[in-house]
Amino acid sequence: MEQSALGRGGDSPVVGSGNNGQECHPFSLANQEGTLTARGGVRDGSCYKGFRGVGFQNDYLCLLCGKICLEFPPNLENLNAMMETRSFADAEINRCLTAEEKIQFLRQMFRIRRFEQTSLKAYNAGKMGGFLHLYTGQESVAVATISLLGPNDHVITAYRDHGHALVCGMEMGECMAEFFGKATGCSKGKGGSMHLFAPDKRYWGGHGIVAGQTPLGLGIAYALKYKGIRGCCLCYLGDGAVNQGVFHESLNLASLMSLPVIYIIENNGYSMGTSLARSSAFKQMLAQRAEGYNIPWDHANGENIYEMRAKTHAAIERAHEESRPTVLEIATYRYYGHSVADANARKYRTPEEIEHYKTYHDPLRLWQKRLVDEGLLTEEQAAAIDHEARAEAEAASRFADESPFPTEADIFADVYSEVDHPVGEGPHGTHFFN
Amino acid sequence: MPLITYRKALNDALAEELLRDENVVLLGEEVAEYNGAYKVTEGLWARFGSKRVVDTPISEAGFVGMAVGASMLGLRPVVELMFWSFSFVTFDQIINNAGCVRYMSGGQIACPIVIRGPANGGTNVGATHSHTPENFLANTPGLKVVCPATAYDAKGLMKAAIRDNDPVMFMENTLLYGEQWEVPEEEYLIPIGVADVKRAGTDISLIAHGRAVLTCLKAAEILQAQHGIHAEVVDLRSIRPLDEETLLASVRKTHRAVLVEENKPFCGVDAQIASLIQEKAFDELDAPIQRISALDAPAIYSPPLEKIQLPTPDRVVQKALSIC
Ligand SMILES: Cc1ncc(C[n+]2csc(CCOP(=O)(O)OP(=O)(O)O)c2C)c(N)n1
Ligand SMILES: [Mg+2]
Repeated sequence: MEQSALGRGGDSPVVGSGNNGQECHPFSLANQEGTLTARGGVRDGSCYKGFRGVGFQNDYLCLLCGKICLEFPPNLENLNAMMETRSFADAEINRCLTAEEKIQFLRQMFRIRRFEQTSLKAYNAGKMGGFLHLYTGQESVAVATISLLGPNDHVITAYRDHGHALVCGMEMGECMAEFFGKATGCSKGKGGSMHLFAPDKRYWGGHGIVAGQTPLGLGIAYALKYKGIRGCCLCYLGDGAVNQGVFHESLNLASLMSLPVIYIIENNGYSMGTSLARSSAFKQMLAQRAEGYNIPWDHANGENIYEMRAKTHAAIERAHEESRPTVLEIATYRYYGHSVADANARKYRTPEEIEHYKTYHDPLRLWQKRLVDEGLLTEEQAAAIDHEARAEAEAASRFADESPFPTEADIFADVYSEVDHPVGEGPHGTHFFN
Repeated sequence: MPLITYRKALNDALAEELLRDENVVLLGEEVAEYNGAYKVTEGLWARFGSKRVVDTPISEAGFVGMAVGASMLGLRPVVELMFWSFSFVTFDQIINNAGCVRYMSGGQIACPIVIRGPANGGTNVGATHSHTPENFLANTPGLKVVCPATAYDAKGLMKAAIRDNDPVMFMENTLLYGEQWEVPEEEYLIPIGVADVKRAGTDISLIAHGRAVLTCLKAAEILQAQHGIHAEVVDLRSIRPLDEETLLASVRKTHRAVLVEENKPFCGVDAQIASLIQEKAFDELDAPIQRISALDAPAIYSPPLEKIQLPTPDRVVQKALSIC
């Protein structure tokens, strides 16, 4: 089985002894020092990943992965045996990181977070319409995975796209202006927050239909291979999107045609208000579905930038060297509702659950602490980076505010290429019907 | 000029474009080794190889989406749907991705893809295989829709479609694949958005697209031979963009119009044409605009009945006589 190529058995280890088919799959520790720190095994009868209901009076949070643990306290001996003994900080791809690069990761996360906070303020002030899907809590995923991309590697994602856009190099101003529906937005106010694009930065959106981007990412990989370019496409999707048929068609095609696409499942435990337990019949790793398509898969802890980098790097190598796909599942968590308009954000999960993640699992704070521990940064310097990010976001908001809206005539631009760029005798026929 | 079939005309167009532009790639179910479910791609795999002519599994959403993604990076995929009826499982990819990506990216991303295949009833394959979705697709700004009625048009339009920078929905007809027309040997293109007056006349305009054009040509002969009525037959060829000028000019000349299509009547293409004519040439009309469409029920299987479900020359003649 391909899976063994990852140095992991196909059978994922199980924490505790399940009596109801729910199994826990440990993600490796954020803390790689080899000690287990209890991170709030809250005994409140509910599980942080949504496993609840009959027979779950004794649910506990898994110390390792944040998923349900059926035994408490967990058998530490077992856990130690199952833990990743390798320290991802020592992985080649991480050892070569400079201090400035590591600090840059923190800066990126601060930029995303402050950008989104500013956008939330603007949303609440009525500056924009529609949806706004905040990435807050998940920033480390985009930062870590995209940090590895080379000049021929591409990115495409769903509507929770602000983080990916900024990490790919888009400016806060053009993104914020897009949110505000302004002519200076990256898509001239035609896409909105779910549809940010920067093809010049090899960032292909921003897609609003759940899993609709999964064959597009495949197509980008197809084009790379067709043109003989050594590159790959990172295609992000959520834990809800894995249940769409087109994703499975894409997996089959990716494997069959041997395409350099890497599907990154950002598993934040919920698709809108539906927990993983209520959406996936298969209770183990979502990425494991890849086995059905003969695709290697892996999982990583979204709090651990080193681990994500190491595993994304392995996937990119596979794509570059063998032109083979990978499915990588990353455990993460969103703090806000599905979108800002999600009135039920605190109904399908407890406020304690959210607080727990913010307190113990915040990727930004964890990374900051790590950098301080590594002696690369002082708290003051971190505060300065945060301050800069806030200022940048505020400036973006002002830019967006002061920018003009598109004109009525702009409605008809960017629909047809030949209308926008007439050649020869110009376009034939009527293109618009009012 | 040599006589060739509609199928051969398409095959020639594909071969010429494959030869001309290395970014052109044909994809679809059975297009390569099997030579095409309807043999439109016959011989192309043998000639161009597996890189350029690619068999896919039965995953329309997956491979149409993949082609859309590949086109964003500059390939020019020509994707075959075995039937346009199967487009419904990939509508998301066509409408939301191919149709919207240019707009939503503020013009930054082009999608030069062609999706082609037969879209017609009349072959006794039942309702699920007899859909004519040109009206659905033409409803999406950003998409282009063409429905060639002859081998000559099929070839010229296909070459234009492949070179077009926007997504083109190319609707063929299994009943026409084996029919022959004169097609020049030298290269030509037919711009998308240009209608064709297939028969000049003075008394009434028969406006149609796809196979209905041929039905109208037969009706025009009957009208002339038996009733002394000189009908003009306008072939739209392209649904979107639409050559309003040509069809309005015809109505201004004849002052009467019968619109004929094999699509269903409700919100069919001709509902749009009728609206246009009344809006832009109301004073030119000497009679109400008439429409003939497929009889408004799912395509019936029963062979003799399906024949009458689609527009016939006789129905066109009767409609024309009712306003002449
Ligand atoms: C085809 C489709 N169905 C439903 C929706 C509405 N919707 C938008 S996001 C979403 C949840 C998706 O969750 P997930 O894939 O886990 O991504 P997350 O929001 O957690 O990032 C739903 C149901 C949609 N946009 N598209
Ligand atoms: Mg989710």
